[in-house]
Amino acid sequence: MVKNIINVRNLSKSFDISSKEPGLKGTIKHFFKRQTKSLKVIKDISFEIKEGEIVGFLGANGAGKTTILKMLCGLIYPSEGSILVSGHLPFRRKENFLKNITLIMGQKQQLIWDLPPIESFYLNASIYDLDKFEAKKRIKKLSEMLEIDEELFIPVRKLSLGQRMKSELLAALIHEPNILFLDEPTLGLDINAQRNLRKFLQKYNKETNATICLTSHYMKDITSLCKRVICVHEGEISYDGKLNLLLKKLSPVKEISIVCCSEKEANKLESSGFTVKNKIKNEITIKIENKSITSSLKTILNNFDIEDLFINEPPIDEIIGKVLIKKDYDI
Amino acid sequence: MNLRKYLKVYKKFLHTSLASELEYKTNILIDLITAIFSLTGSIFLLSIFFQNNGYIGGWKFEQALIIQGIYTILNGITNTWFNPNLAEIVKHIREGTLDFVLLKPIDSQFFISLKKINPSGFLEIMLGFFLLFFCIRINQINLNLSFLTLSLITIGCSICILYSLWFFISTTTIWFVKTWNAIEVLRSFLYIGRFPLNSFSFSLRIFFSIFIPIAFITTIPSEVFLGLSQLWEILLEVIVAAVFLITSRKFWLFALNFYSSASS
Repeated sequence: MVKNIINVRNLSKSFDISSKEPGLKGTIKHFFKRQTKSLKVIKDISFEIKEGEIVGFLGANGAGKTTILKMLCGLIYPSEGSILVSGHLPFRRKENFLKNITLIMGQKQQLIWDLPPIESFYLNASIYDLDKFEAKKRIKKLSEMLEIDEELFIPVRKLSLGQRMKSELLAALIHEPNILFLDEPTLGLDINAQRNLRKFLQKYNKETNATICLTSHYMKDITSLCKRVICVHEGEISYDGKLNLLLKKLSPVKEISIVCCSEKEANKLESSGFTVKNKIKNEITIKIENKSITSSLKTILNNFDIEDLFINEPPIDEIIGKVLIKKDYDI
Repeated sequence: MNLRKYLKVYKKFLHTSLASELEYKTNILIDLITAIFSLTGSIFLLSIFFQNNGYIGGWKFEQALIIQGIYTILNGITNTWFNPNLAEIVKHIREGTLDFVLLKPIDSQFFISLKKINPSGFLEIMLGFFLLFFCIRINQINLNLSFLTLSLITIGCSICILYSLWFFISTTTIWFVKTWNAIEVLRSFLYIGRFPLNSFSFSLRIFFSIFIPIAFITTIPSEVFLGLSQLWEILLEVIVAAVFLITSRKFWLFALNFYSSASS
């Protein structure tokens, strides 16, 4: 049985936030008498993550995804509740714990700006107490996986965003952590760079059985990497479970576009009891529930004379978009 | 603490920051020229003060030059280590890049205090030592073991006090986010360290001894050079340095409990 590597129980986090009224009057008032209020950004959440799992955290901006990641890796203290990551209390930041984790943030960088990435890799290697030989071996292996080579020797400031992100990944993985916290790792990357990064993460997870916790606003990252998602809505977990179940729940029907051999055949199909979305001459689009899709398609293929058939998957962004604004999903 | 690992990491810090700085040759050249002009200007200013009066606060010009020498060494250390690193703490906290430091299996204070160096500050340190050797000659100071030991102890303590003051102010960024002004005030107070403490009024002497111990930073090491120091003064400086160093360390660890990281 695969053991839990992350255990979170009744976790809450509050921040003191100051607010300011607009205009000069508001600015002066804000300067002399700052009004702060305690805002609960994470509200009593609980979940477990198994070793080797890739879990996506979904939620709108400000929902609390990054705060959860930062508490999991020990950067910020929880206000209430308990967290256990790989048997450690993260916020104590013990050496053994830190050697096991890494945090990659798409919008922040740790590489030394004026130097080639290779210099930052060797600096990190010395911090993680790796000898030169071992560091060289790991850099070679990771650079092959990430498909970077001569970029390692070009100053960071001259690299493209995609090349920089790959180098950031290498710098963050040189100590071969078994838990990866990724906060929007593909932010700002072009389609190919995003795909390469996802390919790398899949490969890294497969080869090392590392646990990956990921937040991203690019649905492709979530759908291609995560079997399980945790949806966060205003600091609460609105859904925790398999991604495909969520998609089925949110999109219970599929659209089938059928090109019939004749308009007469299309008319016959229209009157056969299927829910018709639209019909133009011999082309007809019907809606079928996910659970009866196989039997319905069999009926259509056996009883109607058709030329072509397309199953239209609903746009994933649209479906996930519903998650970001809805609070509860009972699945 | 694994000393071997920390030495290895420091070697890497030296290597990477030197390499980064050497990317900008002109900047280094300008910094070097600035250091020479700054020292020349300071000596010129000091000589103006002494032009009409042979003594200020009981110190001759040749003796006051010792304070200038020690100040130049400390300023060089400030420019080499404190300025590039401790000023960066504010940036780390404002931009949230302190996250990367805190997640490394290394002492965070060691990392943020020593990661960078500015090589042009070395020239200032060297100029300060040249000035000190010159002062030793003109003041006919007898170089012996006890003199050298006491000088090193007092200068070491001055470095600790200066570092702790600076680090303490930078740490408050965790709550106040922006503390550039406080650091600028500290730097301007340090300029006062170029003059003998006795040249100030009694109330200012108390202020610069107790509240902001500038007096300990330059005057006591200078008195050691001139054989004017009292043992209790040296002991007091050692105690003040230890208290400052320990307090700044404890304050940093305490402040980290309140670090909320920058939003992304």
